[in-house]
Amino acid sequence: MLINIPTKNTLKDCNVTDESVYLERRSLLKKMGFLGASAVMSSAITSTAQAGFFSDDDKEKVKFQTKALNFSKDSTNEHLLRTPENKVISHNNFYEFGAQKDQPLALSQGFDVAPWQLKISGECDNPITLDYDNLTNMFPLEERIYRLRCVEAWSMVIPWIGFSLADLLKKVAPNSRAKYVAFETLYDPKQMPGQADRRLGGGLIFPYVEALRIDEAMNALTLMSVGLYGKTLPPQNGAPIRLVVPWKYGFKSIKSIVGIKLLEHKPPTTWNKLAPKEYGFYANVNPNHDHPRWSQASERSITTGGLFSRNRVATLPFNGYGEEVADLYKGMDLSRNF
Amino acid sequence: MKNDTKVFLLKVLIHLGALIPLVNLYFLAFNDKLGADPVESVIHFTGIGAFNLLLITLSVTPIAQLTKQGYLLNVRRLLGLYAYTYALFHLVNFLSFEIQFDGALFISEVWKRPYITIGMAAFFLLTALSITSINKLKRKMGKSWQQLHNVSYIIILLVAIHFYWSVKSELTSPLFYFAMAIMLLLFRYKKIKRLFLSTFN
Repeated sequence: MLINIPTKNTLKDCNVTDESVYLERRSLLKKMGFLGASAVMSSAITSTAQAGFFSDDDKEKVKFQTKALNFSKDSTNEHLLRTPENKVISHNNFYEFGAQKDQPLALSQGFDVAPWQLKISGECDNPITLDYDNLTNMFPLEERIYRLRCVEAWSMVIPWIGFSLADLLKKVAPNSRAKYVAFETLYDPKQMPGQADRRLGGGLIFPYVEALRIDEAMNALTLMSVGLYGKTLPPQNGAPIRLVVPWKYGFKSIKSIVGIKLLEHKPPTTWNKLAPKEYGFYANVNPNHDHPRWSQASERSITTGGLFSRNRVATLPFNGYGEEVADLYKGMDLSRNF
Repeated sequence: MKNDTKVFLLKVLIHLGALIPLVNLYFLAFNDKLGADPVESVIHFTGIGAFNLLLITLSVTPIAQLTKQGYLLNVRRLLGLYAYTYALFHLVNFLSFEIQFDGALFISEVWKRPYITIGMAAFFLLTALSITSINKLKRKMGKSWQQLHNVSYIIILLVAIHFYWSVKSELTSPLFYFAMAIMLLLFRYKKIKRLFLSTFN
């Protein structure tokens, strides 16, 4: 048996500075007024240099670490011109981290994805809970290069990595009462500043909830995505797992999912609750049904190039995936069920 | 310091304060350094810039009255013209980068979307005020000049509604701007009441 006799200088566990205190040491110093005194003594040049080397926001500087994934390539859609990765991960609607497009990247890098729990329950025979490792090792991963059409009339082309939602649902064996599939985003105001501050969060009601009809959820195109551009998802794109429904407006593709529930009745969905005349339950991409405040007939496709890229293209019904999904809506009036 | 010197220095500041952000904005946008979607960025920046400048223009008179610094009124026109410049860039951005010169789409958007209709109305009224700010015209117009320029009170309300209707869900900023506009109009309560009564009696 090893007996550890502490000397006077040995550090004990309780002496270790807590990480949060360590990361905030500069603001603590500032609050105590030390920095004020040193600023008076140092010249303008040295204080600029200090700002460069020891900036206040050490925590912001630490970028979220993504990991490489093993997956099979999407060879059928390789011809599509992809939106550059730096645009995909810097232009995000994820109000949990701020309602401005650049805020999710700026405010999410400290997001903790492990441990993670995704609970699948409700009207099914085998409810299960997946942990963080299950998300990437339970199913073989495949790349899917999809167009993503935002309800705000811009679009991107993104190489997602993930598995079919249908495969996951088959595992839990939905029963005959399961007519709808409801999804819920993590609710954690400590990690998601938009949930703590109504202004930052754009006035949405959290947690964010979305839903699909069971046949939409079982469609082969519906993807549970765990990565993009070959790596795990960064937080601003919905780490560690999100939905991707390419024939619907982007807000249906809910991010950072913690719960999936099979239901008999249609559940409420976030944007539909906020403005039912503007955002329907179906939210299928439809150039013939305008948003009350802007046209949906065309879109700006964000690829390379800046201000002068002539990127306005016609919007296609079901975002161009009509062949795969139009049958789901046979006989439905799509301008009423928008 | 003589009042003339003060006005001169203030004008220099206004020129710099209005032009530097604009040059910087387009420098970044042309080099694709303005985020993933520079189109949205330039439209929002020039739009909110125009609104800010309109509010500043309308606050000159109350500030001059409260502080008894009459010379301040000499910078009103310059501020108003910069508000118009930003509004013009806002419209040109929308037309050239968002709509990309699709004439039919532009007309249908202006016609069908109330917030764009209102924005265009505000822009046309602002155009009228800018053209008539030329000294020669101002002299020729006599009393009717002031009558025309009272329209600025309507413009600020149109712009506030335009902003409020354009956002998806975040209402705090539009409501804050609305409150600022109302506050500036309340400073002119007596004048507006008189104008209102003389128009409808």
